[in-house]
Amino acid sequence: MNCLWCMEDRNNNLGWSDFFILNKQNGFCESCLSGLQQLSGKRCSLCSRMTEFEQCSDCEWWRNQFKSDPLEYNYSVFQYNSFIQEIIAKWKYRGDYVLGEVFRPYVYAAFIEKFTTQKKNLIAVPIPLSEERITERGFNQAEMLAGFLPIRQELLLQRVDGEKQSKKSRKDRITTKNPFSLEKMVKNPVLLVDDIYTTGTTLRHAARLLIESGCPEVYALTLIRG
Amino acid sequence: MQQNIMENFSELATVLDGKLLRIEEIPFKSTMIELLLSKKLLDTKPAITKTLLTTTCKRCGNKDNRYFAEIPCKKCSRTHLYCRKCIEMGRVMECESLYYWIGPPAIWPTHQNPSSWEGTLTTAQEKAANRIKTAIINQEKEILVWAVCGAGKTEMLFPGISKALERGMRVCLATPRADVVRELKPRLLQAFEGVSIQALYGGNEDKGKDAQFVIATTHQLLRYQSAFDVMIVDEVDAFPFHADPSLPFAQKRAAKQNGTTIYLTATPRQNLKKAINRKKLPHVFVPVRYHGHPLPIPTLKMCYSLQKDLAASRAPSRFLPWLLKRTNPERQLLIFVPTIDLVNRLKTPLLDLFIAHRLINNETELDAVHASDEKREEKVMAFRQKKLKVILTTTILERGVTFPSVDVAIFHAGHDVFDEAALVQIAGRAGRNANDPNGEVVFFHDGKTEAMLEAIYQIKQMNKRGGF
Repeated sequence: MNCLWCMEDRNNNLGWSDFFILNKQNGFCESCLSGLQQLSGKRCSLCSRMTEFEQCSDCEWWRNQFKSDPLEYNYSVFQYNSFIQEIIAKWKYRGDYVLGEVFRPYVYAAFIEKFTTQKKNLIAVPIPLSEERITERGFNQAEMLAGFLPIRQELLLQRVDGEKQSKKSRKDRITTKNPFSLEKMVKNPVLLVDDIYTTGTTLRHAARLLIESGCPEVYALTLIRG
Repeated sequence: MQQNIMENFSELATVLDGKLLRIEEIPFKSTMIELLLSKKLLDTKPAITKTLLTTTCKRCGNKDNRYFAEIPCKKCSRTHLYCRKCIEMGRVMECESLYYWIGPPAIWPTHQNPSSWEGTLTTAQEKAANRIKTAIINQEKEILVWAVCGAGKTEMLFPGISKALERGMRVCLATPRADVVRELKPRLLQAFEGVSIQALYGGNEDKGKDAQFVIATTHQLLRYQSAFDVMIVDEVDAFPFHADPSLPFAQKRAAKQNGTTIYLTATPRQNLKKAINRKKLPHVFVPVRYHGHPLPIPTLKMCYSLQKDLAASRAPSRFLPWLLKRTNPERQLLIFVPTIDLVNRLKTPLLDLFIAHRLINNETELDAVHASDEKREEKVMAFRQKKLKVILTTTILERGVTFPSVDVAIFHAGHDVFDEAALVQIAGRAGRNANDPNGEVVFFHDGKTEAMLEAIYQIKQMNKRGGF
């Protein structure tokens, strides 16, 4: 078994599972895993950012700006650091699909911890990519993440314009008009899934659209709190 | 408009002939690509092929299953393989094809007098240069140039390259290291002023225009197929060329069938030495440096508490006494350590040490550099311009870089990363300038290794063959 990241041999203790499940490569070695920093300790109850306060300054700002926040809250798994940035770059932009597998147990555990018990009939809705991005990358990273969850996934949203978020400034992002359109109405609570929560604009655009068309509650699960 | 381009075959050929590209890499619109396909000017082959037992990536030659993974592809709505081995060069998938030119071959200009180089070669260099030239003229398949560090390998190539350019041949100089490409580009631009030259390495923009003379990292050759009449591979023994089978694969494919491949090295590895001994690989040996002085021979300094010192982020005990008694304290100092961790840990203690003994005036005169250092190029440049007096480094500076007047120290020379080739190369950094042809090379170790002894033996042997 080789580490998906550094390609070094992961362990020399071959077991029966290795014999029966050939080519099952979905993990990092210990030392590569240690480069991932999970969010821990006190976090903002709304956006999952690590902070001493109940709510962080960003979320405060959001609340002052708009009277009602369409997003109940966001929950993220990892802290942003240069290592995860490298992984994301290779996974998403280079299109190394299988790298996403390393996040499966973490995303699953986060879901179990935060969403299973209280929410019934939750539907996972991945944040879509534009047609252009889809053909370029061959897959949508948010769909892959949503696929790790033990709930139904529906592709309810579609993207209208196609500009990359990461190429825009903070101000541009917050003031852009809603880039999504809704395929059909939902009466279930929705869990939006995406890879990175940076300013929260994308998720709130999607959430607003869902709420306006009658969705009772919208939550978000993201891999990284940027 | 399109019809016009179609008629102008030769221009198309210079862009596409000799390449093996993914569709995104072709600099034309899809309608144009379809036209070229229908006119039988372009052809395709599947990017990944499967037989009963093996899967092969047709771009990088990878057959190792560990480097293939599956992707549920949105383009073709199937789940299929993609190659992880060459993914840094753009992903190759099973549902895709690779494109190559089958129209009339590209015609490159013939140059009357391509070389604008004004230097002269020494007798030893000239002998090798003539041998290279003959190999190119006679279209010999391959030849190894074994020249000691500082022999002036690049200059020895000039007559051969000139000859090739006179005949309208396409030339590639490939090396495993991007640093070396960056260093070679200005020198070659100067030496061949009227010739179109292109430098290719990860993250460089030179990609658009297509030149007759290409300087590239060996990775970049993955995009070529039967392109070059003359393929020169510098530092064949360097990492990662010898460790990654897709690089020799790419290099062999990028050369034309009747092309000439020239390997350059100062420290051939076992496989090449064997090929020489069995007379399978013709070679030319250059045992003297261009300035005619012998190679500096490393001295060994045993340090019993080496591990303890390094663990405590201290220089080895015998380092300071040596440092204070150097024959020429004016020389700059290159300090090699085996790991990045040590580079980071030793920087401050060394700064303190150098300042305490007034060997440097302020802390800007010492710096540390390693492979993933963002300011790597800047720091190397600063050292070359003598703004830095001391540089602490990993093996990244072991080869391909020339500093005029340095002393070299290795901390923990017995470490695995310092194999025979690395040690010979590192020792070869010293005494490269005619004005200061000597330099001290000291291995600080806690027990001699085979690699250290072999390296010293090899250096002595080369000096002997050079007539010293």
